[in-house]
Amino acid sequence: MAAISMRLPVARKEVPESAGSEKHLVVPGDVITADTGYMRGHGTYVEDDKLIASVAGVVERVNKLVYVKALNTRYNGEVGDIVVGRITEVQQKRWKVETNSRLDSVLLLSSMNLPGGELRRRSAEDELAMRDYLQEGDLISAEVQSVFSDGAVSLHTRSLKYGKLGQGVLVQVSPSLVKRQKTHFHDLPCGASVILGNNGFIWIYPTPEQKDEEAGGFTTNLEPVPLSDREVISRLRNCIVALVTEKLMLFDTSILYCYEASLPHQIKDILKPEVMEEIVLETRQRLLDLEG
Amino acid sequence: MASVVLSEAEKLYIVHGVQEDLRVDGRGCEDYRCAEVETDIVSNTSGSARVKLGHTDILVGVKAEMGTPKLEKPDEGYLEFFVDCSANATPEFEGRGGEELGTEIANTFYRVFSSENCIDLKSLCINPREHCWVLYVDVLLLECGGNLFDAISLAVKAALFNTKIPKVRVLEIEEGSKEIELSDDPYDCIRLSVDEVPCIITLSKIGYRHVVDATLEEEACSLASLLISVTSKGALTCMKKVGKGSLDPESIFEMMETGRRVGKSLHTSLQKVLDEEESLGTTRQKVGFLG
Repeated sequence: MAAISMRLPVARKEVPESAGSEKHLVVPGDVITADTGYMRGHGTYVEDDKLIASVAGVVERVNKLVYVKALNTRYNGEVGDIVVGRITEVQQKRWKVETNSRLDSVLLLSSMNLPGGELRRRSAEDELAMRDYLQEGDLISAEVQSVFSDGAVSLHTRSLKYGKLGQGVLVQVSPSLVKRQKTHFHDLPCGASVILGNNGFIWIYPTPEQKDEEAGGFTTNLEPVPLSDREVISRLRNCIVALVTEKLMLFDTSILYCYEASLPHQIKDILKPEVMEEIVLETRQRLLDLEG
Repeated sequence: MASVVLSEAEKLYIVHGVQEDLRVDGRGCEDYRCAEVETDIVSNTSGSARVKLGHTDILVGVKAEMGTPKLEKPDEGYLEFFVDCSANATPEFEGRGGEELGTEIANTFYRVFSSENCIDLKSLCINPREHCWVLYVDVLLLECGGNLFDAISLAVKAALFNTKIPKVRVLEIEEGSKEIELSDDPYDCIRLSVDEVPCIITLSKIGYRHVVDATLEEEACSLASLLISVTSKGALTCMKKVGKGSLDPESIFEMMETGRRVGKSLHTSLQKVLDEEESLGTTRQKVGFLG
């Protein structure tokens, strides 16, 4: 039977200031400090001998450097980050990849693995066959190789764990909500795998049965995904959306705890505001217990 | 229309999911996303409503102004629709980009509301052939998250429910000329009956099945959609096919049946929320845009 839930909007609740966290939150135009002894970093500017914030975020201090870490910002690439991106253009010897940053990222043909793991110079035939490897709209997982002076990011997929992504679900979140960890590829015990891209693109996909060593992401598995895997993937997707709405950091443990807290509810109910709050509260509690 | 680009594998995943009645966010094929409805948020209109359906955000304002009735219908008032696709929704709507979509939506609403009984237009008449109320319905698209027509029709119905038209009296002074007098009490107004106002249900064909309330990703996977307008009693008033794909007659019948079923429950849910809001009266805390 069709389920249609309509409701009146509820005003946002004031988040209580959690004890012990004296975060100095600023909005653009707020004075950070009138002390001139500090070096100014990103997100600040000087006016009338006062240091003023130019973005909305948290003020961070490292020795004499003061900078503002923005909460909702475009992705700023750093070398070594894992990103999930979508191909927007196929150009002469490169692909342009959309990674939610200020400029499109670049994936050079020479930074891409050839099928079979061959190591050779890329020839003219490779250039002509670029569209057979990656087309507009394809999703890839890659690592940041370098950052150009204008901030554009150059990617590479020179490892077998990177490459074209197959069937799955993409969730787009703010890059500041993805926690930096040792590894961003997680095989969750609930039955699905997740790639937490540093640029805020989260890719959820069914865990492949055997590890295809030679594939490197060139052959996409087009078989229908079984219903049980689909349920896990949908539930994970809704849990991630719930965590993001309540502004919790995303990492494998938080996602797993949220998944477990959501099991008593139906998958489509997770997106209801009251259920979302309840689940995230439980997750937050478990994470605090884990720390303390 | 705002659209997302998807890879072939993603589209395949969505299509297979719909076949098994489990969409990406866990909904079934006939489930709507959670909707938020609020009325009376714009102060200088006769009636207004805002509907948030997932990521789709629509604001509708209704202004009642006096005008002359149309020549072919001298004892009725009429509605005028205008849809503004703001650049807020997607960069494609910048400048004149949203005009095409806006006129398409407005024309669809003219068709939907052209059926005889949806709104009592005779009650909008003040003086036959001379004065009548014209309701200017302005729709503003704030965010495009898929399923525009449904959200806009919900917002239009809610705004018409909320519309308060001031009571006027026609006085006959000598020489046969008439004067219109506005009543002194600002709360003295007539409300419209929206029982027969239809709602538009969009059914998108994905693979071999059809879904209701498609998100942007699902719209990218569907080649053809059927827009039907259904009244609260389940009567179909208008039907339109969009999209470059084809629909065979059997699937059209199935979609119509689904649409009528879903339409009836959509009307009941909306009416329940509107009545709840009405019963709160002045104690209701207005959330608006800064809540």
